Amino acid sequence: MAAYNLSVNGKKVKVDVEPDMPLLWVVRDFAGLKGTKFGCGMALCGACTVHVNGQPARSCQTPVSSIGKNDKITTIEGIGDGKLSIIQKAWIEEQVPQCGYCQSGQIMSAVALLKSNASPTDADIDSAMSGNLCRCGTYDRIRKAIHRAAAEMKVSEAGIGKM
Amino acid sequence: MQTSEQTSRRNFIKIAAAAGGGLFLGFNWLNSSALPVVVDAKKVAAGSVNFNSYLSIGTDNVITIISPNPEIGQGIKTAFPMVVAEELDADWKQVKTVQGNLDTGIYERQVTGGSGAVPHSWERLRKAGATARYLLVEAAAAQWNVPASECTTENGKVWHRTSGKSLSYGELAEAASKMPAPTEVKLKKESDFKLIGQSVRNVDNNNIATGKPLFGLDVYREGMLFAMIQRPKAFGLKLKSVNSEAAKAMPGIVDVVTFENSVAVVGKSTWQVKKAKDALKIEYEKAAELESSADHNRIFQQLMENGEATVRRKNGDVDTAFKNAAKVIKSEYQCPFLPHSPLEPMNFFAHVREDGVELIGPTQTPERARTEVAKLTGIAPEKITVEITRQGGGFGRRLAADFVLEAANVSKLVKAPVKVIWTREDDMTGGIYRPAVRYRFEAALDKSGELIGYKLRGVGMNSGNSTREDNFPSGSVENLLIDSVEYKSPITTGPWRAPITNFLAYAEQSFLDEVAEAAGKDPVEFRLALLEKAKKSPVGDIKYDVDRMIDVIKLAAEKSKWGKKKGVYQGFSVYFSHRSYVAQVGEVVMEKGKPVLKNVIAAVDCGIVINKSGSLQQVRGGVVDGLGHAMYGNMTFKDGAPDQRNFNGFRLIRMNDIPEVDVHFVDNGISPTGLGEPALPPAGGAVANAFYKATKQRLRNQPFINEEAFKGIS
Repeated sequence: MAAYNLSVNGKKVKVDVEPDMPLLWVVRDFAGLKGTKFGCGMALCGACTVHVNGQPARSCQTPVSSIGKNDKITTIEGIGDGKLSIIQKAWIEEQVPQCGYCQSGQIMSAVALLKSNASPTDADIDSAMSGNLCRCGTYDRIRKAIHRAAAEMKVSEAGIGKM
Repeated sequence: MQTSEQTSRRNFIKIAAAAGGGLFLGFNWLNSSALPVVVDAKKVAAGSVNFNSYLSIGTDNVITIISPNPEIGQGIKTAFPMVVAEELDADWKQVKTVQGNLDTGIYERQVTGGSGAVPHSWERLRKAGATARYLLVEAAAAQWNVPASECTTENGKVWHRTSGKSLSYGELAEAASKMPAPTEVKLKKESDFKLIGQSVRNVDNNNIATGKPLFGLDVYREGMLFAMIQRPKAFGLKLKSVNSEAAKAMPGIVDVVTFENSVAVVGKSTWQVKKAKDALKIEYEKAAELESSADHNRIFQQLMENGEATVRRKNGDVDTAFKNAAKVIKSEYQCPFLPHSPLEPMNFFAHVREDGVELIGPTQTPERARTEVAKLTGIAPEKITVEITRQGGGFGRRLAADFVLEAANVSKLVKAPVKVIWTREDDMTGGIYRPAVRYRFEAALDKSGELIGYKLRGVGMNSGNSTREDNFPSGSVENLLIDSVEYKSPITTGPWRAPITNFLAYAEQSFLDEVAEAAGKDPVEFRLALLEKAKKSPVGDIKYDVDRMIDVIKLAAEKSKWGKKKGVYQGFSVYFSHRSYVAQVGEVVMEKGKPVLKNVIAAVDCGIVINKSGSLQQVRGGVVDGLGHAMYGNMTFKDGAPDQRNFNGFRLIRMNDIPEVDVHFVDNGISPTGLGEPALPPAGGAVANAFYKATKQRLRNQPFINEEAFKGIS
């Protein structure tokens, strides 16, 4: 066991856990944030996607010991500044979710995509999102929601920062 | 703002009471001909009246509608309340939907399975809304001293247009609850529907997009322990001995307990119990044959030739028909086992106390869960509560109660609230699969290419009857024999989205394509001619609606411009399952010498479409699911153990694999039927037949990706 001081969604979280505990379980079982989902435990499905310093990471394969002191962790609960972000709004507008279980991870992957590519093509989206499984088959609406969010970002003064 | 929540019934009553009373309707789910009963609001608030289900209107105008059936992504938590709200003329923005818990005193068929919830509840939901509307109108008319016939309703208000007066439902709720209940109510005409048929958002969308704890895996209770379970690593093994010393000594571990053939590691967090589970040293011994896929292939061959078959349907004289045939076509089709792979792995919470049991989690059959836990614990069902969470997919897997029983077993043994969590490997190797099956089809054609004889034999594993003997083309062929042979495997199996038909439809629709080709006929014309025959001179019982089948075929042909697109290879498929009719056209084009699936056009007759948005996605998702598993889904066994353990070995369809899916609904005003399953069965056939057109290669086994014809393509 070891003590870790983490920054999750801008808040300090102190945990005393085994160094090999994946960030997924730290976030879910110790920080009490249940939005990040467990799907496969092997970084194959993307349901557990979070951001570490803005970069997408599969939290099920990220040992807590690999998180540095100054690293900033963002989960689905932390995007949008307490309001719905542009991408969450797009997800709702396009009526993406069916069962909804994979959608936190999908949204986190989509945010990362739009940060690096503000005008993704279908091919860009497929390539960035094919690591995220959706067992219900909502892929077509995920694509549409990403296009919608990209368009919204362009007209929004808030731009990417508020995404 | 449209809102929704998960709540216990107790909480719901509390919420209702806090809202200051109002109109409560217990509507009878048990008998669709009966009208809802009006119940005194105060009594409801006190929780002293035993109801069926509740529609409540608060004095604050909030209309609360409980949806009793488990939500696994099929959209029932949105669709059910829409039906009530439609007849009520409620303002949808003021409707709050609540997931009901198990209550067999109130609800009937609290099951998600068989695409049956909508057809079962359609009429009773409408009557619930219409009765409340009637009472609100009566209350307003009495208050204004005008005839009720002069009052109209719109958007949560009763109006008296000539005087310009209006009252909101909230203002009228209390008075309405005191009006005498009607003996019958008039339901709306389909043409007057305002909400039904619209694209309405899934009521949990906001909560999903913001990561709220909605799912079984998110359930947490004070003092709750986590458990993971080691089950035998192969089907046919049983537990011999357990050495749990190392596991018990690991951090966070509270106990290791054994029941049946399972060893449960119980501790304070998910990761700790997972690690300790991996440290268990367990010995097993053989209790049954340890089967491999090679054994299954041999068994299929043997039973196809020599198995003891049960005749399922027999018309005319097939022997003579085949003797007199000008041409005989014979083909066999086979598919492997499949895990369900819902993205949320199996999990359940149980707290077994001396005086009762609390169960919370994702189950498609809460009543079965309760019955089995009652049997296990000896605690009476009325002392067992089941709270139904939102579920990260089900696909039939959560119809079983094995994971609920595990949670109850562990909680009973450790005397604490416990949540059992399965890893993906547990979920994939833990059993209850879509069983493998093999079919042999034979068709006899006369000189003019008429289908004069048809035979189907299914060899199934633990499936009871691997055929659907009364489905098309039964009824259209003079001489027909359908039989099945069963094999009992120690590998556990169960319903998988569109049981039996998820593969049978593909096999049958591919075979009919072969027959049409041998007869020198267009596949669509060939099917239509058979259906015309079934209409004019039906052979034996026909259990599908011939006209509805013809209509979806024609609609799919029209929308796909069947046979008229240059450079596009089209394949046709049509299937009736779970009371709905779906025809599909797969479209393949050649790109750089390789066949690429571009589009699937689906024509769907599920009667009235309740939620356009949800329905479109059930069809699109069904096609993607059917296609994905036909293409890649493969579970094989070696010595009783599954070879695939996670999504690296077992391939699911991903975003870059999907075609466009273009959906068209038949508008016929018929009472709605389900959509969770019917779009899946025809998908494989439409795609395989299009692939054949493009490549002249038949795909007779799933997954397609392992077929010779696919080598070098994907």
